[in-house]
Amino acid sequence: MDPLQEILRQVVGYVYPNEIELHWGLLIVIYPYITGLVAGAFILASLVRVFNVRELQPTYRLSLLTALAYLIVAPLPLLAHLGHPERSYEIFITPNPHSAMAMFGFVYAWYLTVVLLLEIWFDYRKDLVVWSQQPHGWRRWVHRLLTLGVTDISAQSLGFDRSAGRFITIIGIPSAFLLHGYVGFIFGSVKANPWWSSVLIPIVFLFSAIVSGIALMLLFYLLGTLLRSKAVDMACMDKLAMFLFYALVLDFSLEMLDFIHRLYEAEESIHILSLLVSGRLFLSLVILQAFLGTLIPLLILGLISPALRRGGMVNLPDELRRLLYVGSAVLIQIGIFSTRWNVVIGGQLFSKSLRGLTVYKMQLLGMEGLFAAAALLILPLVLLLVLIAMLPPWAEAETHPTGA
Amino acid sequence: MPPQLTRLLIVFAVLASGLVAARHFLLPKTFGESGHYRTAAVEAITKQPVRYAGREACALCHPDIVEIHRKGNHQTVACEVCHGPAAAHVESPSDHQLPAPRERGYCPLCHGYDPSRPTGFPQIEPVAHNPLKPCISCHNPHEPRPPHVPEDCRACHGQIARMKAVSPHVQLACTRCHETPERHKTAPREARPDKPRTREFCGACHAQGASSPKEIPRIDLATHGGRFLCWQCHYPHQPELN
Amino acid sequence: MKDEGPQPEASGEKIYADRRAFLRTCAQGASAVLFILQPRQGEAAYSPRDHFYGMGIDIAKCIGCGRCADACKKENDVPREPFYFRTWVERYMINDQGETTVDSPNGGIAGFPAATNEKGMLRTFFVPKLCNHCANPPCVQVCPVGATFATEDGVVLVDKDYCIGCRYCIQACPYGARFLDPRTRTADKCTFCYHRVVKGLLPACVEVCPTGARVFGDLRQRSSPLERFMRMNKLQVLKPSLNTGPKVYYASLDGEVR
Repeated sequence: MDPLQEILRQVVGYVYPNEIELHWGLLIVIYPYITGLVAGAFILASLVRVFNVRELQPTYRLSLLTALAYLIVAPLPLLAHLGHPERSYEIFITPNPHSAMAMFGFVYAWYLTVVLLLEIWFDYRKDLVVWSQQPHGWRRWVHRLLTLGVTDISAQSLGFDRSAGRFITIIGIPSAFLLHGYVGFIFGSVKANPWWSSVLIPIVFLFSAIVSGIALMLLFYLLGTLLRSKAVDMACMDKLAMFLFYALVLDFSLEMLDFIHRLYEAEESIHILSLLVSGRLFLSLVILQAFLGTLIPLLILGLISPALRRGGMVNLPDELRRLLYVGSAVLIQIGIFSTRWNVVIGGQLFSKSLRGLTVYKMQLLGMEGLFAAAALLILPLVLLLVLIAMLPPWAEAETHPTGA
Repeated sequence: MPPQLTRLLIVFAVLASGLVAARHFLLPKTFGESGHYRTAAVEAITKQPVRYAGREACALCHPDIVEIHRKGNHQTVACEVCHGPAAAHVESPSDHQLPAPRERGYCPLCHGYDPSRPTGFPQIEPVAHNPLKPCISCHNPHEPRPPHVPEDCRACHGQIARMKAVSPHVQLACTRCHETPERHKTAPREARPDKPRTREFCGACHAQGASSPKEIPRIDLATHGGRFLCWQCHYPHQPELN
Repeated sequence: MKDEGPQPEASGEKIYADRRAFLRTCAQGASAVLFILQPRQGEAAYSPRDHFYGMGIDIAKCIGCGRCADACKKENDVPREPFYFRTWVERYMINDQGETTVDSPNGGIAGFPAATNEKGMLRTFFVPKLCNHCANPPCVQVCPVGATFATEDGVVLVDKDYCIGCRYCIQACPYGARFLDPRTRTADKCTFCYHRVVKGLLPACVEVCPTGARVFGDLRQRSSPLERFMRMNKLQVLKPSLNTGPKVYYASLDGEVR
């Protein structure tokens, strides 16, 4: 039985015949989710670097490596979903200057090479040189390659690294905003689709990216510390939770503004969008995104983190606070993933005739199936482990040059 | 310049020139000649085979049928509507015979009653209209003039007929209100039926003092409706029930 | 007078002009004969710059027979499954409660099932749909690689040998006129039967429309069926608020249609 025939039977109201098939599936849900994590992790790192938030220092290098691991994976779901992945090079050869999507290659290349790789390189350069001069181990060959043959680690040279790194971070912040705001623009600029078409979408994407990035780094920092049997720096955790709370408040306010604005303007599309939200998106939008993914974490973080009052509104022992932070961060990840789902899938569930709803049938196997998506979500973790092995981000691995 | 910066610039220069070189070799030949696309694509689309030969193609070999068809009620219906794409048949007539739909199910695609069709378009009720007989046993599809003039108005005004059938006006014949020249049956657009021209026409049944059965709703012609004719507000084919 | 001098020459010029006109008429006649015999001969002379195509659709003439959708699939080898249409016919039914029901079973190719709510029906009609070949096409705007484009004669086409299959154009089309061809995994849509039009033939849907509800023509010609259609009717386009500049013009279009 053709799966499309099955979908045809579940269509409610009238859907243009070409719209019965949903064109952007699970992989395109993953794409903004992953780029969001990249932008979020990077912005967290720049908090340390540019705004001198000392407490967050333990997460700085880990955030950069996480951003890199996810950034490497970010184009893969796009590539896998193309009808002709082998033609993807065309986007670099003949980019259409009017197309938001054509800019992807350039925004991505800029962010990867100019921002992230350079920042990591300048930050690690001294360590790379020292590590490459170790007498044993195969890793020193990789490190030697990564030094690009520059072995100067004089104080003057390292001073240049520091100011270069700082300069790149300052470029990096607008770049991270650009990267994820741009992903939002891909959706927000589709005037044919009233669910997407909104100037707020890029900004909402950006703040949800920051939320998801900070929540992810909270989890990774804790996991990394516990796995190495080191003491968890609660000052760092509290600071993360605090910034997470602030970002979440902003994100939630913007989402509510968008929601209220739509409701108040009540344009032609309001009827079908109400049906969508109260029906096919109820679980993923109202329950997962709004309630579990936003309101509950807001409540927890507002009460126990030092965001509103030093020491928290409710003073809890470290262990319990840590546990609740983890719980909130996990809920936030689920919420942000639902956000991406609701934008991407939700925007295609209703017909552009505004008269009917179709359904999304997720496949299990195949390039655009559940397993492929799961693999793409696990891949950055594997990459991160490799990166951590090659470029240990922990404080104890840092080398302190003599005489500096 | 610090050595690390020099080294980076070299790396970036290599990458950038690689990209420029790749672009040079990968750029499709006809891209950008007349816009941001491959002109070759337009040529490829132009070469797509033609399947429908067009209505002029048939006349060369079938002048007799085309002559009948040209003057009849089906003159706007191209041969290929019923006979299907004919380009292959034009190329080699004997190798590609064209089908002719003879079954009763085909003609109702256009002529089966459907309220969404424009009023006046000839429609029949396939269940009731000479059941089981193939359409072509009475109608020549190339000139489907009915074998005799339509007996009643339903033949072309099915939608109105069906409305009236369930309305309080069911007992009234169409001609009671519409004075219809006989020629309307053969030249419907040239000789049109009339409509009631006075309020008194409806008043014959609906006026306060009319000598009609007392169940019929009454109004006071002097005060009701002002300067309008009755059918300018009411729809006599299906008048409101209260 | 000075102008007298060149007079004989001028009249000679006139004779030559007449002769040229005569020869041109002969050549046109001959090429017309050739054209009927071998329609593909006309190809070389086609210049896209001299044309700008559009279509007119008269809702009041459409009988919903679906021959256009059927012929389109046959002419252009569109997959027969009911999920891929370059053109299709919708049926609108608006009842006396103001509720609107729309359907298009298999694009109208096999006709429409009997209307169930005929009694409370206020108005009902058919609406043929197809790519609007917008003057300001959002699909072309979003294509990242230049695989969909508007030609000089105003037709929006897809380069299926260059399309990467990202489907952004499908998302950007407000009219649902695009689909992904499951065989080539590239975007596909109405071409106004470009391969026919450049040979002087009509698009297949216009060719087979039995009531003349579809009118095809050249907006750059002073006298074309479309020019006449646009002169004689009050016109409307679909979703004008989106400023896509559709070149499919509807006469007698109802406000409920979108």
